Amino acid sequence: MKLRDLTELAGRNLREALLRNSLTTLGIAVGVASLVAMTSLGVGLQEMASSRLAKSGLFDAVFVVSQANQRRFGGPRRDDSTPKGPSRRLDETARQDLAKLPNVTEVYPEMRFQTEIQYDGKPYGTTAAGIVQSAQADGAFDNMKGTFFSSGSAREAILQVELAKDLSKDPDSLIGKDVILRYAEKQPIPSQPAARLNGKGAASDASEDNEFGPSGGDGLSAGFSIVPREMTLHIIGIVETEPAAGFGGLGRGRLLIPMETAQKLRASQPGDMRELLRGLNGKPVYETLTVRVKSPTNVKSVEDSIKSMGFGTFSIIDATKNIQLFFQVFDSLLFIFGSLALTVACLGIINTLAMAILERRREIGVLKALGAQDSDVRKLFFAEAGVMGIVGGIFGVFFGWLIGRALTFGTNVYLTRQQLPTIDLSRVPWWMVLAAIAISFVVSLAAGIYPASRAAQLNPVEALRYE
Amino acid sequence: MRAVDDVSITVREREFVALLGSSGSGKSTLLNLLAGLDRPTSGAIYAHDKDLADMDSRQLAHHRSHTVGMVFQAFNLLPRMTLEENVELPLRLAEVDRAERPARVREAVERVKLTARLTHRPSELSGGEQQRASLARALVNRPTILLADEPTGNLDSVTGDTIMRLLQEINQLLQMTIVMVTHDRPRAEKFAQRIILMGDGKLISDGVGMTA
Repeated sequence: MKLRDLTELAGRNLREALLRNSLTTLGIAVGVASLVAMTSLGVGLQEMASSRLAKSGLFDAVFVVSQANQRRFGGPRRDDSTPKGPSRRLDETARQDLAKLPNVTEVYPEMRFQTEIQYDGKPYGTTAAGIVQSAQADGAFDNMKGTFFSSGSAREAILQVELAKDLSKDPDSLIGKDVILRYAEKQPIPSQPAARLNGKGAASDASEDNEFGPSGGDGLSAGFSIVPREMTLHIIGIVETEPAAGFGGLGRGRLLIPMETAQKLRASQPGDMRELLRGLNGKPVYETLTVRVKSPTNVKSVEDSIKSMGFGTFSIIDATKNIQLFFQVFDSLLFIFGSLALTVACLGIINTLAMAILERRREIGVLKALGAQDSDVRKLFFAEAGVMGIVGGIFGVFFGWLIGRALTFGTNVYLTRQQLPTIDLSRVPWWMVLAAIAISFVVSLAAGIYPASRAAQLNPVEALRYE
Repeated sequence: MRAVDDVSITVREREFVALLGSSGSGKSTLLNLLAGLDRPTSGAIYAHDKDLADMDSRQLAHHRSHTVGMVFQAFNLLPRMTLEENVELPLRLAEVDRAERPARVREAVERVKLTARLTHRPSELSGGEQQRASLARALVNRPTILLADEPTGNLDSVTGDTIMRLLQEINQLLQMTIVMVTHDRPRAEKFAQRIILMGDGKLISDGVGMTA
């Protein structure tokens, strides 16, 4: 029998026992819905975690340190983080070289310094941090109040909410007001004889032993002095969470200012004294540089290139592998639980078709008497199981999506009451829709194997005698 | 227990044969064997020089679909289908082209004079009409042999005569071989060309009918 005839006959048979077949199909739909709801939950959570991590700005970044600084950081160490080439100083030249590497979108230093701010006549100690304009896309700024910096050199500030709470009982009222930033500015001291600074031979010894090679003689500076300065900043926003801390655990900033503004301050940073002792003669040398790449897939190649330039590197990309593994296990467990309902639905199909054989025994006999082959009868029952599978699969996907939406709605009601940002808990991508319908179809066919075989093997003479 | 035991019959082309006998004589079993619904455990059954005993289930299905048409005492129309759909069913099974089917159905239904009842379901038809519909379904694939198992068994005498006249007409006009199982000796003698009497699985007599 041709497929079209087979499908028409199967459809007709299914319509005849409408209630029973509808209930069986509903059973399949519930099974598929449970599968889809569980899997969509897994996918939704995974995407949410991946999105949050991606937005953290850590996964498309390579943190670069000079070889001398590398041992100082307490962060993760890897054998392959060792520079492959001769060590180099992490200065402006290096920054420009790094910016020229393929797939690098941005290179910026870590600007973070201790400061004191004055608001309403009272002093508050805190840490200021320079933030690049591209950080606007980071998750930390997703639900910020107010606006992001108007430009990289604006005299504007965004406050972390804890600092804002220190400044005012009504943190939101701070937006639009001014705050005075007090900081220690480094001012270069003109070059002087080494003996006057460090005693006989001390400066030249330090220079010669320095891993960056000989210094001095360039006439720029022999050190720096610290001068207190003030700058008035306009408060334009408040963020809940602190933006990514970068590398090395140096602490996070609660007063966020544009990166260019932060650099122009020439504020004294924690590593300044060490750089001075290394005799870097006032040339700006960075503690770390953050290299942003186009996508996380570029991290490895960029990291290798940077190492070959003589710098130490660190990236967090390896951590994602563990996260993926976790979600694979998590998804598998959800899939197994979801599949249990589908297994029960299979038993429903077997029962329905087995009942259909009893009821249609005579009809099977007639079909065979009229020339139906065993395979035609088998295909007819398969087609009926398949149609129930596809229809059940389609409804199941819809029900599963509804369950996911309901879960998301319920969760978001709770989160809103807790004054937390809402989330998209479940995700039903296209591949899941197609896979669920395909699974439903295949599973239904598998459930139809036994009844279809029994029907095909019926003796036509006995079947025709059946009352 | 013996379901037919020692019967040797040759039915010629275009012959109208009535198989008579008491219950359990083996006549229905013999008809099922001729139809390819059952297989003989020994012996041979030839239809157009092909031994049905040697056929596999696929070949037997082809034999039922293309060589023979069957009419049953209980009509065996599918209750969910209209008359038209019932008659079309063998064409679906024989994979006849869809475009060709309406004409074939119309031809078969016209033959049994049921054109006005095409869209009716079996439950909406009288017994005689159901048997005529069953006959149309048996004819639609244009078989060479028509096998009828007690075709008038569930009908009153007037309707039974109508069916018998129809069978006779089919035999004469379409040159179709008919083998009919019946209990009804007078009617068999009236319409069939040849009467074969069976008893206890054996051939008792083989003679001519009144129409011969």
